[in-house]
Amino acid sequence: MLPIAGGADAPPGFLFQPSSHSARVHNTTCWESILLVLFYIVVMPPAAHALDAAAVKQLAAEDGEAKIEAINKLVATGDIAAIPLFKAMQEDALQVFNGRVVIVTDGVVKDAVTGAPIAAPPDKLEAVVVNNRIRGALDGAIAALRLVSPKRDERLTAAKAVANDASEEMLPLVKRAYEKESDAEVKALLAQARAVIEIKSKDPAVRRSAVKLLGESNNPQAKQILGALLQQNSDGSFVEADAGVRAEAQKAITALDQRFILPQILGMLFSGLSLGSVLLLAALGLAITFGLMGIINMAHGEMLMLGAYTTYVMQTLFRAYLPNSVDWYLVAAVPMAFIVPGLVGIALERSVIRFLYGRPLETLLTTWGISLILIQFVRMVFGAQNVEVANPVWMSGGFDLGGDVVLPYNRIVIIFFAAFVVFLVWLFLSRTRLGLYVRAVTQNRNMADCMGIPTPRVDWLTFGLGSGIAGLGGVALSQIGNVGPDLGQSYIVDSFMVVVLGGVGQLAGTIIAAMGLGEINKFLEPFTGAVLGKIFVLIIIILFIQKRPQGMFALKGRTAEA
Amino acid sequence: MAPVLSSIIQLYGRRGWLWLAVFATVIFVVIPVLRMVVPSENPLYLSDYYVLLIGKIMCYGMVALAMDLIWGYAGILSLGHGLFFALGGYAMGMYLMREIGNEGQYRSFLPDFMVFLDWKDFPWYWAGTEYFSLAVLKILLVPGLLAFAFGWFAFRSRIKGVYFSIITQALTFAFMLLFFRNNTGFGGNNGFTDFKRILGFSLAHPGTRVSVFVVTGMFLILTLLLCRYVVTSKFGRVLAAIRDAESRTMFSGYNTRDYKLFVWTLSAVLCGIAGALYVPQVGIINPSEMSPANSIEIAIWVAVGGRGTLVGALAGAGIVNGAKSYFTMAWPDFWSYFLGALFVVVTVFLPQGVMGWIRSETK
Repeated sequence: MLPIAGGADAPPGFLFQPSSHSARVHNTTCWESILLVLFYIVVMPPAAHALDAAAVKQLAAEDGEAKIEAINKLVATGDIAAIPLFKAMQEDALQVFNGRVVIVTDGVVKDAVTGAPIAAPPDKLEAVVVNNRIRGALDGAIAALRLVSPKRDERLTAAKAVANDASEEMLPLVKRAYEKESDAEVKALLAQARAVIEIKSKDPAVRRSAVKLLGESNNPQAKQILGALLQQNSDGSFVEADAGVRAEAQKAITALDQRFILPQILGMLFSGLSLGSVLLLAALGLAITFGLMGIINMAHGEMLMLGAYTTYVMQTLFRAYLPNSVDWYLVAAVPMAFIVPGLVGIALERSVIRFLYGRPLETLLTTWGISLILIQFVRMVFGAQNVEVANPVWMSGGFDLGGDVVLPYNRIVIIFFAAFVVFLVWLFLSRTRLGLYVRAVTQNRNMADCMGIPTPRVDWLTFGLGSGIAGLGGVALSQIGNVGPDLGQSYIVDSFMVVVLGGVGQLAGTIIAAMGLGEINKFLEPFTGAVLGKIFVLIIIILFIQKRPQGMFALKGRTAEA
Repeated sequence: MAPVLSSIIQLYGRRGWLWLAVFATVIFVVIPVLRMVVPSENPLYLSDYYVLLIGKIMCYGMVALAMDLIWGYAGILSLGHGLFFALGGYAMGMYLMREIGNEGQYRSFLPDFMVFLDWKDFPWYWAGTEYFSLAVLKILLVPGLLAFAFGWFAFRSRIKGVYFSIITQALTFAFMLLFFRNNTGFGGNNGFTDFKRILGFSLAHPGTRVSVFVVTGMFLILTLLLCRYVVTSKFGRVLAAIRDAESRTMFSGYNTRDYKLFVWTLSAVLCGIAGALYVPQVGIINPSEMSPANSIEIAIWVAVGGRGTLVGALAGAGIVNGAKSYFTMAWPDFWSYFLGALFVVVTVFLPQGVMGWIRSETK
């Protein structure tokens, strides 16, 4: 899919990944479980040294409810020793031998409570069934226990997870962790987690203060949680019975909206910019060759694809021969991804396209044929499946703007990379002799020829350059989307739109068109959805060229009608 | 009546009419007899596969004629003709979906995909789709009006050459995206399929299939004659003038926009008819028919046969699609290479196509 709506390189909403999964719906825990939890808090000393054997045994119960109850019991003790046990359970390493719960790691069987090794024949072991619901409970339990971990980083991650996804059973633990916590950031998150739990409290006053706290939080889920309070049940009553709490929730939502609007707009601007730079990299080479030779190179998208595959090959080579510096494969891929498609482009120009000058429509068909051949070639060499190109470590992760908006580093890198490529192209066009020739031939081929400019050489060099720039675009695309034989096809229509909109052979026009299309798309998307947004953009383009058929920055005067 | 008749007779010379008669005999008599009368043990028996293949190629032939009309004679290369073909197909498909009645998977009066989407009733634009006469009207009007509106905007602002080609490509691409959406109400990805009957006749019955085949042949011949009529008339000469020197034609006092608009719309309508005849034969219509690749392929049919010859376009559609069905069975991996090479070889070495090559050989 093409990226006018950003659907191509990422699933919609790629940039707005919530820091954790959305709030899971919790089944109402039965009374006994809560009582048991309270019981254990009173009876058990915090941080007991041995795990509660009865609870461990209950983990292996047949019934899923009983298992979850046992997990909650273990969480309530606040004993970090339960974490490896939970992890073992998630990995299906928890088994039963002669009525004893054991952990099996690499064939070694150990008692789950004491850790003492046990000689147990493998055929006597019985697996403990762990379904998805229990897995989810285990995730929460592990996070909750990590709240009291001595390491600050671990506590922070755990607090983030719990803040979005807290269940009632965790309340005592969260409270305890909150009292012990010294770090301000973690403490704020714990307060949020507490509010998320307490919003379900029986006491309206507690609920009210919880709502207030959520309104002041940076929790991206806060709005959703508060909004749920204002919903009406099917019988017309509100989910939140107390009118005062509802009013407080309404106020909190307004406050949240005001606080989140800026990061969200910035996030949209950023994704538009990111899409725009991808479009720019894809269309820049096309704009130059189209301006120079008046031909549309339908195989241009395949140059993107070749660039992406060159990146893949470099990654494979680095993994095989330089495994220590595998993170730097991308740096080596950039020049290679310029050279390989560049050479292919030159070969195409010399062997086929130069015979077709002056017949733009035929060139269009021929280059389409070439693109079919290139796609099939890559498909036969690398397979029809997408290949995996990994982000280097220094490009993964993102910059948190707050309000659920994260700017991924790979996209930031691509924006700068696009700016760098544009700068190089500008240098080439305005500061080199060949660049001067290119501009001359673009303006008036015959006159340039008469002045002694070797137009055939300018042609093939520029064609190679345009293809090479597309290859650079391919490097960028490989970092944010799938790399497959059809990669280029999804970008070709968009690249054309940029060229049509920006005008021919105009660097500034191409930049503005690419960025404009990127931004318009991303700003339309929340209102219309990705597909309709893309369609609207196409309609806008068609209407726009009514006014300016030659693009935004048309060549004026005698050169206009070639 | 007499002048009309004589002008029709003048469309082709004696040899041309003879060829046409041979062609008509094959389509209307020989193939139906080989399919329906000859017993299936007989080596001359024609299986459904070949009837379908020839029927499909005839539909493609109509599209190729429509393409030749605007590309070969008016010099406008459309990369969006697949869209009009598909729209005609969808208009027919909607009617065929209604003909299924409640025999779908879910035994509902709604098409299966609507049941699947949990829709309770037909959306407004499905109103009247149960009438064949309205379906026919839609087959003509939907591609026609869309082409007219689009062409009016495009030709008014004098978009031409590669610009026009690219914009038509974007148009079909946009429609493909639109039709891929489930909520658009045209079956999304899967489009329409599992048709049961047309005008009450079962589509599984060989008689129905052969009848659709014969009707397709009739429309193909009519399209050929119509196109021939257009290009041999004075109108056709103006078109050729626009193709060769648009500015001069304009300065000679012709309103080139109206000429282009007319032939563009006519071409789209012809494509729509072809699409409508295609759907009951192959039994499926989905958004992939609108993919830009399909539309470009239409251009190569015409280029292979020879532009500006009409008969060449027909021959090209036959050659390329015949080769396609052979290649995709024998060497599926190499079809793309072959098609790609065809694009290159024809444009570089055979700019006049097969017809041009034959003409230069016989001279």
